[in-house]
Amino acid sequence: MTALPSSAWGCNISDGCEIPAPKSDIFFEYETLFEIWFFKFDKPMLLILIAVVLVAGFFIFAFRKPTIVPRGTQNLAELAYNFIRDMVQENIGKAGERFIPFLFSLFFFVWVMNFMGIFPLTMLPPTAYFAVPVALALIVYLTWVPLGMIRQGPWGFFKNIMFPPGLPKPLYILLTPIELISNLLVRPFTHSVRLFANMFAGHLLLVTFSALAWFLATASLWILTSALSFTVVTALTGLELLIQALQAYIFTLLTAVYISDALSGEH
Amino acid sequence: MTMTLLAELTGSIGSVGYGLAAIGPGIGIGIIFGQGVQAIARQPEAYGVIRQNMLLGFALAEALALIGFVAPFVFGATTPT
Repeated sequence: MTALPSSAWGCNISDGCEIPAPKSDIFFEYETLFEIWFFKFDKPMLLILIAVVLVAGFFIFAFRKPTIVPRGTQNLAELAYNFIRDMVQENIGKAGERFIPFLFSLFFFVWVMNFMGIFPLTMLPPTAYFAVPVALALIVYLTWVPLGMIRQGPWGFFKNIMFPPGLPKPLYILLTPIELISNLLVRPFTHSVRLFANMFAGHLLLVTFSALAWFLATASLWILTSALSFTVVTALTGLELLIQALQAYIFTLLTAVYISDALSGEH
Repeated sequence: MTMTLLAELTGSIGSVGYGLAAIGPGIGIGIIFGQGVQAIARQPEAYGVIRQNMLLGFALAEALALIGFVAPFVFGATTPT
């Protein structure tokens, strides 16, 4: 797997360069920036650290001296908190209050990481690396499975997953394996893949059209295609803004649904 | 018995696979949002609940298309070149 030669980005079609169609290689061309102990930090890892600092820093700053009548940043932070609280109350109910801090951090961490995909200085969403959504989905998985086992008992937990009530008996032969696989194996997989694939595809799309806009910007008829690509990439940036917020929301919403399943044990 | 190669497909087959995988979820997402908008139009006061369930259904249907998107990257290495 060869990275895109950086010299290729310096010339365009008038210099006789071919258009390098962006492949998934573009995600792996970053050098190690610094090293702490034996952890090597490259750009995506640095962005994750920045996201942690930004999210934690903002909310600690906003709630440093909480007042009953909120002003300034506290107002904004409470708006954000209410948004997640309303979602939790609608999906989990009263029992979900314990999980608001978890879902709240999850939403804003994912959103800030997604947003780095279109922020001019970073231009790379760390969530487009499969390891990041997998790690997040694993945390969620390790939250709701033990939670369900504690709340419903180990047997009750599996019974609720395997035998949805109110069906004719022979149907369980077909349904039990499907339910077991879809709940315990496919669920965490789709949970992580959904976020990863959206961010990955979105970033690749932006890179493709930016590359086209740059490589075809010459004094020929290609300039029309270049202008069209530039228009498309501008529109796509707006679409990405929407998708990033939506995916962060869906990731948190599904977490809330899984936790609510584990708490109540019904489908 | 000898095997004869009757037809061969080369190139980015993954793209074709993704196109096929996107048909079902495409129809599904269309139905979800169509029915969702209809439900909101009939009962605007239930907007919050409807939107949430709409997005949930959207996420579940979309997962299939996204698995189709990821599959070429996962199985791409095994295709003979």
